[in-house]
Amino acid sequence: MLLIECPYCGPRPELEFAYGGQAHIARPADPSKASDQEWLEFLYLRDNTRGLFAERWRHARGCGRFFNAIRDTTTDHFVVTYKAGEARPAPTAGGAR
Amino acid sequence: MTLRTAKGGRIDRTRAISFTFDGQRCQGFAGDTLASALLANGVHLVNRSFKYHRPRGIVSAGAEEPNALVTVIRDAARHTPNLRATQVELYDGLVAESQHRWPSLKFDVGAVTSLLSPFIPAGFYNKTFMWPRSAWKALYEPPIRKAAGLGIAPKLPDPDRYAQQFVHCDVLVVGAGPAGLAAALEAAAAGARVILCDEQQELGGSLLAERDASVEGQPVATWLESAVKTLGANPRVRLLPRTTAFGYFPHNHIGLCERITDHLASPGSQQPRERMWQVRAREVVLTTGAIERPLIFPGNDRPGVMLAGAGRTYANRYGTKVGERAVIVAGSDAAYAAALDLAAAGVTIVAIADVRTGNDGPAASAARAAGLPISTGNTVLGTTGKLHVSGIRLGRVASDGTVVPSVTHACDVVLMSGGYTPSVHLHSQSRGKLAWDDAFGGFVPAAAAERTRSAGNCRGVSGLAATLGDGAAAGAAAATAAGFAATGRTYAAQTLDADIRGTPGALAQPATPVPPAKAFVDFQNDVTTRDIALAQREGFESIEHIKRYTTTGMATDQGKTSGLNALAMVAASSDRRIPDVGLTTYRMPYTPVTFGSFAGVARGDQFDPVRKTPSHEWAVARGGVFEDVGLWKRTRFFPVGGENMHAAVDRECLAVRNSVGMFDASTLGKIEVVGKDAAEFLNRFYVNNWSSLAPGRARYGILLRDDGFVYDDGVIGRLAADRFHVTTTTGGAARVFGMMEDYLQTEWTDLSVWITSTTEQWAVVAVQGPKARDVLAKLVTGIDLSPAALPHMAIANGEICGVPLMLFRVSFSGELGFEVNVPADYGTMVWEAIHAAGQEFGITPYGTEAMHVLRAEKGYIIVGQDTDGTMTPDDAGVAWAIGKTKPDFIGKRGLTRPALTAPGRKQLVGLETIDPKVVLEEGAQVVDAPNRPIPFPMIGYVTSSYRSAALGRSIAMAAVANGRARMGETIWVAMPGGDIPVKVVSPVFYDPQGARINV
Repeated sequence: MLLIECPYCGPRPELEFAYGGQAHIARPADPSKASDQEWLEFLYLRDNTRGLFAERWRHARGCGRFFNAIRDTTTDHFVVTYKAGEARPAPTAGGAR
Repeated sequence: MTLRTAKGGRIDRTRAISFTFDGQRCQGFAGDTLASALLANGVHLVNRSFKYHRPRGIVSAGAEEPNALVTVIRDAARHTPNLRATQVELYDGLVAESQHRWPSLKFDVGAVTSLLSPFIPAGFYNKTFMWPRSAWKALYEPPIRKAAGLGIAPKLPDPDRYAQQFVHCDVLVVGAGPAGLAAALEAAAAGARVILCDEQQELGGSLLAERDASVEGQPVATWLESAVKTLGANPRVRLLPRTTAFGYFPHNHIGLCERITDHLASPGSQQPRERMWQVRAREVVLTTGAIERPLIFPGNDRPGVMLAGAGRTYANRYGTKVGERAVIVAGSDAAYAAALDLAAAGVTIVAIADVRTGNDGPAASAARAAGLPISTGNTVLGTTGKLHVSGIRLGRVASDGTVVPSVTHACDVVLMSGGYTPSVHLHSQSRGKLAWDDAFGGFVPAAAAERTRSAGNCRGVSGLAATLGDGAAAGAAAATAAGFAATGRTYAAQTLDADIRGTPGALAQPATPVPPAKAFVDFQNDVTTRDIALAQREGFESIEHIKRYTTTGMATDQGKTSGLNALAMVAASSDRRIPDVGLTTYRMPYTPVTFGSFAGVARGDQFDPVRKTPSHEWAVARGGVFEDVGLWKRTRFFPVGGENMHAAVDRECLAVRNSVGMFDASTLGKIEVVGKDAAEFLNRFYVNNWSSLAPGRARYGILLRDDGFVYDDGVIGRLAADRFHVTTTTGGAARVFGMMEDYLQTEWTDLSVWITSTTEQWAVVAVQGPKARDVLAKLVTGIDLSPAALPHMAIANGEICGVPLMLFRVSFSGELGFEVNVPADYGTMVWEAIHAAGQEFGITPYGTEAMHVLRAEKGYIIVGQDTDGTMTPDDAGVAWAIGKTKPDFIGKRGLTRPALTAPGRKQLVGLETIDPKVVLEEGAQVVDAPNRPIPFPMIGYVTSSYRSAALGRSIAMAAVANGRARMGETIWVAMPGGDIPVKVVSPVFYDPQGARINV
């Protein structure tokens, strides 16, 4: 079970969280202007990253807040977690063990 | 107990204990394991093997035991199969039975499979029982399962309690041998919170089997006692004996299983049988030791052939001689230490046959000095004896590799040592890398993936002083990493320090052995050298494939004794180095863990939370039949006087149509949306236009995902300009709430809106039917119920039975309907009051089944039943709800995608069977012509299908391609018994004008 650092509550066990998929995919401000291809990419296309991956989590059975995390998909170690709306921190090698 | 040593050992010779094995009454001492007590009684034969039913004896003295699996029986329900006799602690009155034999261990009918063994090599079952496919389940598998097997699971429910506990610590030390004790002492002295666990009943590990070693100038037992005392006195240290670390999970989450009562003659009724500890450790030290390897030679599975270290443990720790006349086969110097200790215990050492060409380690030198008969350059050609070893045939390996027979020795025990394999299971489970250590001849932990380190034998360090020092260094490193100051220390120790290295693989054999005999690689799964060779001949090269084809390492012992030997054999015969062959994956659990300890208290009623509605007890008392809807218990129907479901549902439906019914709708998801931007939020969220909804009015809302597909629906009431009462489907409440939070927190942070889940705050009683107003008029105050004052889709606040009421005039039945919302605590009282007030009108409680029929008669959809996640509002026939003038809402752009606007999409329509008595199967496929040859195209499927008492016929809804353009057409529903003709009709079967709602 992963230990996840909620930016609001601190480190909590994984079973308090819900996974939210890839982070930093903003809904277009005016979807009507999106081409079919752009809309398809917004709906369905996601990265399948080996290594550092920015992803969304929700502390669903805790404070209820959404936040973002950078996790190394090869080790499951989190490099950093940060609040939704904050810019993605610069990539850091490895993950804190 | 004819084979007890004169003195010594850690058993309590003043406390005799009686037990039975296969009905035979035996004696042992306190401190014995079942295995040591059996051996003291001269019993080696304890099992029949998995595949060939060969007689098998005790091989080891620990968790790695492949053979000695027994069933321990307390009573009919407490009947634990597949326990390793080497780990079963003896208690007075213990009843143990051997497994997998019939009628008895000594005469086992299944042993005839041994005669057939030339015909059942590796892969036999896969090759033979292939055809016909259907016969596998019915014909082949049951007898194979029965013939090849382990113990029998108890038939009764487990009566014991199992506890679970989460715990945090700075340093977790796994394994309380010398390295683990030193690590724990160091970390604890530095001030760290330490947990030290060990699978055995006593802490000490290999120290418990030392004869006359000393540590820091003290006899080893004295040092051990004071070390344990020091740790035990430290309030920051938790000592957990009888506790197996079975799994290493991400982020230093380690599972421990503590056995609390299995060793007690009469466990206290309040004691849990086991406790599962879920440890979150800042730092971990793995000091899990090493496991001795058997040597591979013909007849190496005969009872009485054992690991040398086990023989030594039984002599030194348990005061038990494993035989009177021993032949020692040495593939490692460790065998010499065993020979010396057995000789000291009074066992005659017939011969020490070293399979290597030379030996000049300290243990070999000591044995030579003690005058034990030693020879080198040996191999083993076979063993003799039926149910117990009676002799061993040795051979000599010439310098050119040829093998010739040499001598035969009579003996009653053969002790073998192929060297030790570091126990890297937990390190590997933690995703740590392993590296081949050429000097040690084994895989040892390399780069760690977690905050963990290994010390002592499990990383290839041996020698008592070195092991203690390595443990201390690891403990200090762990404490330092956890924020404490520690430096480690050295230890002085005196012991024989036998070199525990050896050479894995099979012993040399003549080109054509006479007589041919099986040499076992994996005892528990009956895998022989020939099986491994066959797999390679048949082209299996990867060790992962060889493992699965031969099943080596796949038994419950997970190849603890066999893994490296199998690898070495594959390497040798494919001209590769062992590290180039690779390694199979170590998986949890290290040793089997009971289901009970995983389940803990989550059994029976405690398995899942249960959500009950306010009418629950009332319905139970009236014989209501329940169904599970998510975690909710909902009443499906209320049978009266022995009615079946059809009769009850017909009666309930007709009551609603003709008079009045009442229904507990409390499970509907309810979300209160509040804030100055509440209307704007809902405008963006739901397809409908909410700005135009006046306070005091409600509207049917549809929620899409951004792909344009229907996600949820429900009635939404505007309580005030800035306050909405949103209802969702019962199953969708949590995900709709989560989706609202998602958009509010991450997409539309400009909106000033708060949402609160109020599902459990409101009890909801739906009162439906032409007499609904008459019933409520008797109870409601402060609300004008007249059609003009409270029309369809209106909301009003008042009181019912003196408690606050939020009344929705809504209908999911097509009749005049109200939904009475009261604070949940008043739900039961109000339910009962409505029921009482409705008696004069024949009010009828109805369940979910009637609710479904009533709504289907009206063509009202149920999201998730009539929609499947690929339906648009237009497909579902509810496009009228979409606010046409809104610039955007979730799903608006998605609805314009080419595939969603393409012609020919499936649309929800009604179906009427030509024969009104036929009720279609939900999920059945719809086709446009009958009896076509397979394959033929499907044009849709049935989503809802019921018997309608009000209409006197069956009705159904279906998603059909171009459905609305097919009105009046006859199409067919494909069924195994033949295609059923149906007519496409409007999905609104009853009161299509909707006149009954507006009264």
